[in-house]
Amino acid sequence: MEDKNSNPLDLNGSNFNANMYLDKLFKECNLKQIMDHENEIIKDTQTLHSDMQTLVYENYNKFISATDTIKKMKNDFKEMETEMDLLAANMASITSSADQINSTLQGSRQKISKLSGIHTLLQRLQFLFKLPATLKTRMEEKNFNQAVQDYMHAQRVLKQYGDLPSIQGIKSDCEAILKKLRDELRQKFCNQSVTAKEISESVDLLLQLDEPADQLCAEFLKYAERRLSEQVVMLKDQSEQKDIMDFVDLGCNGFFSDLCLVVASFYDMFIHKGRKSENIENCEIFENFAAKELKIFVKDNMEKYFQLVQHKVDSEQDTGDTTILVQALDKFFRGIEGHMLCPNIDFVARATEVVVNAGRKQCKAHLQVLKMHFNDSLTKVRQCLTTPKLVSEEDASKNLTELLNSVIQGVVEKVKGVLQDLCAFIHPNIGFSQKTDFKDSFCVDNVREGLVVCFLHHLTATARIFCTTVHTDPKFPPTLLLLLSKLCVEFRNGHVHHLLTLTDELFHINLLNVNPNPGLTNETEIETSMQESAQELLNHYVRVQGLNVSQMLRKSVETRDWLHTIEPRTVRAVMKRVVEDISAIESTVSLLYEDQGTSTEHSSDSSRKQQSLSISRHQTRSNWSNYTPNHLDSTLVSNMHKIFSEKIEIFSTIEFNKISILTGIIKISLKTFMECVRLKTFSKYGLQQIQVDTHYLQLYLWRFVADENIVHFLLDEILGSAVQRCLEPLLMEPSMVDIICERG
Amino acid sequence: MESENSIVYGLEFQSRALTPVLAESEKLKFLLGTQSLKQMNNQIHLVEFNDEDSTLMPQLFHHMEGEIWKITSSPKDISKIAVCYNSIHNETTCAMKSHILKLPDKYDSNIIENLEVANKLEIASNDIKTTEFHPTNESRAISVTENKIVLWDLQDINSKCISEIQLENKNGLKYSMGKWNPHQNCNQFSALTETHLKTYDIRSGEIAWSIDSCHRIFLRDIDYNLNKQYHIATCGDDSFVKIWDYRQTTQPIFSRSDHTHWVWSVRFNPFHDQLILTASTDGRVLLSSAASVSSENVIEACLAEDNGELEAKQILSDGPLQWCEHEDSVYCAEWSPAEPWIFASLSHDGRLLITRVKKSLKYQIML
Repeated sequence: MEDKNSNPLDLNGSNFNANMYLDKLFKECNLKQIMDHENEIIKDTQTLHSDMQTLVYENYNKFISATDTIKKMKNDFKEMETEMDLLAANMASITSSADQINSTLQGSRQKISKLSGIHTLLQRLQFLFKLPATLKTRMEEKNFNQAVQDYMHAQRVLKQYGDLPSIQGIKSDCEAILKKLRDELRQKFCNQSVTAKEISESVDLLLQLDEPADQLCAEFLKYAERRLSEQVVMLKDQSEQKDIMDFVDLGCNGFFSDLCLVVASFYDMFIHKGRKSENIENCEIFENFAAKELKIFVKDNMEKYFQLVQHKVDSEQDTGDTTILVQALDKFFRGIEGHMLCPNIDFVARATEVVVNAGRKQCKAHLQVLKMHFNDSLTKVRQCLTTPKLVSEEDASKNLTELLNSVIQGVVEKVKGVLQDLCAFIHPNIGFSQKTDFKDSFCVDNVREGLVVCFLHHLTATARIFCTTVHTDPKFPPTLLLLLSKLCVEFRNGHVHHLLTLTDELFHINLLNVNPNPGLTNETEIETSMQESAQELLNHYVRVQGLNVSQMLRKSVETRDWLHTIEPRTVRAVMKRVVEDISAIESTVSLLYEDQGTSTEHSSDSSRKQQSLSISRHQTRSNWSNYTPNHLDSTLVSNMHKIFSEKIEIFSTIEFNKISILTGIIKISLKTFMECVRLKTFSKYGLQQIQVDTHYLQLYLWRFVADENIVHFLLDEILGSAVQRCLEPLLMEPSMVDIICERG
Repeated sequence: MESENSIVYGLEFQSRALTPVLAESEKLKFLLGTQSLKQMNNQIHLVEFNDEDSTLMPQLFHHMEGEIWKITSSPKDISKIAVCYNSIHNETTCAMKSHILKLPDKYDSNIIENLEVANKLEIASNDIKTTEFHPTNESRAISVTENKIVLWDLQDINSKCISEIQLENKNGLKYSMGKWNPHQNCNQFSALTETHLKTYDIRSGEIAWSIDSCHRIFLRDIDYNLNKQYHIATCGDDSFVKIWDYRQTTQPIFSRSDHTHWVWSVRFNPFHDQLILTASTDGRVLLSSAASVSSENVIEACLAEDNGELEAKQILSDGPLQWCEHEDSVYCAEWSPAEPWIFASLSHDGRLLITRVKKSLKYQIML
């Protein structure tokens, strides 16, 4: 641009060099062009010239009109100057007169302000002088609130001027009155008829009067304590008369709500109020102190309350109806749960504990009831068994099965009833039923373990007791053992499972514990114990019955003089009795235990079997009878027997079937028979009597046992022993033996 | 187990009489008597057991007077034995008699001799159940008959009867067995009747103490605990073994039923009274522990009290420890008086088993 501007060839530029421009023109253009250019420039110059002329003319006009205006203004200003001078003179006169007035009024104004000061002072003094009287009247009107406010007004003055002799009197008067006031307010703490609201007011006033707060707080608590203890005493009195529902009502509405009120007002008075006050540091210390006091107080009282309820619940157990108990407990629990009495103490836990205790007690009570019921039914069964059967055999036998069923049904139903009853505790409408700590403890520990499992254990334990005590009680009916044994078997075979499943279902035990809880008693554990008990009872039954039959046999052998007996003509009555007894036992056993044994051999053609057996026996016997005493090496014979037969366990474990039971009894009896024979010495006829007896037993006992060879062997042993103990071992002709046995 | 611990000795005849030679304190000797109605066949076997090489040395003697039901040996005199035997007259009558025999000092195993009769015990009734030597006085013995207890003076060959105690015969009770009380200066003698136990003071003939209905059915045997003066063990046909403190007789202090049939014999081990040996007609001999009521239990407790460092030894729990099986009923089982860890048992078929207590048990008791 600059280059352009500074272009000396630009006509309009400031650095225009005419010579250069001309030189350039001359060099570049031909003549014609130069001529044209000259004309053009001339034309431009003329136009510019006329423009300049018009501009000068217009500016000149404007200048002339401006000069006229200035001339006019000069005249106006001159007029205004004179008026301003006049105004200044007036103002000066006003100022002077105002000064004059001010100076004249100065004196009276000072007087007035002094007088008004005196007036207020006098008014205050008057209030002060009147204060004792006002306070007194307020006191009389019992308008303590106003009295305190009045006193508060005057308090600072009294403090400040208390030294002056004239005010000293007033001060002491006031203080005396106030002391009375305080006393009166304090009195309220001791007065029993005063309501909690009045008390809280008094405490408020006393606080305003700068009474030491900690002292007040202590006194207040003392007062509350007294009131509550009255309630407690009342509750205690009532607890024996009222039923649990009323009792809990009373507790909730009386004691508990009072306690809540006390706590609430305590908070209002001592803890929240304190925050407004100025001395924050002190305040915090006090608040902590108050909170601590309150905590102790609440804790103590709640503990009393809990104990009372616990006591009541405890005393209620024996007669109690579970639903009512549960409702009462629910009310109690909800009451506690609904109020946050003290932030730091978990009363709900304590309340749960009370409820859990109640649950436990209830379970225990039920357990006792169940036990008693079981014992009762056992006694009843025992009576049934011992009373002589008036009805026919068949009826009696029917009774036995019915008896067993009724006992089992009774027990199962009773347990079910109890479980239903206890379900009230975990009804979803009940407040505490959903608490896990309650539920855990109640369902698992109390109901399942404490009640059901414990009862089942009691069953087995009771049953087992019979195995040991029977020895001392000869009148004990052995059938009861059989019955109990069957009872245990029945329980093992289903009732245990049934009851436990029912319990688990009703009390959601599997829901609580997905994994098998180690604290839960296993079903199989109880079933095993049932099985063991059943086995023990059965063994014992066999033993007792075996001993009974043995006794008969023993007496019969021992009391006879076998050396001087006549030739046998009949089977001894004892043997018939033995067979009868065993038949009776068989019929009893068959009612309860099925005939599962391996008795198939006997079934169809027993007669044939029997016959062949008799033949085989006859053969052995004929062997013996062929021996003369000199030839008979009885030891050898019996040893040969032993080589070829397995040793017989006299008392082996009894299986749960009729055959096994009877085999057990027979084995014991025959073993005894043999031992008794071994202790005697026989004459020829004595031996023959034994021969007849054993043959008779052989004829009738084989059908009771699983393996008739056992009977066979034992009877052979008896006869063998008799042979050995015989002075003149000559056996009877087998045909004769048969005849005698058939006859008798 | 049996083969390790037991040595068998067989008799030709049935037998139910076994006794250790009580006065012998070094050698292990047992006496057996056979039971055969053929009188001439009866023998007494004196069996000596050599513990070191486990061998038996039998010596036989004839006993032609009758079948032997019971043998007892004198606790003081090594050579004296009392035999109760059943002798038969005229092929029809039997009599239970008793006499005291003298074992010879020397004998030859190849010759079977008759034994010399040391004392005749002549008595009117023919139903002697047992003859028991006085524990300390060599010249005293007692015979028990069905209804009498006879105290003998043995100084002369024809023994004199010093005194008799008559059974008050109620309910047809009979004496079945008897035993001296080794305590109380040996002035007491216990007799068994059916299910009851009566103990008499020999000097006055009065009942000193008694236990009624010890067992439900029949009381077979009793034994005194040598180490605990008020303790006795009883056994019976109800297959129970019980231990009683006879100052307190309402309940036994120990009661077990490990046998399955009658228990015929019960013996405290004379050295370790926690070990109890029982023989039963179920064909078993059981060695059981009754440590809870044994004297060792008490001693251990005292020691533990006196010396805090000495811990109470782990005592054995009550119950069966070891058993031997016989083929037939076992009526007798006896501890050896010379060696606390050996016992003998005799079954009716004439098999004598001499058995050692298992080593493990032995160490458990001793250590």
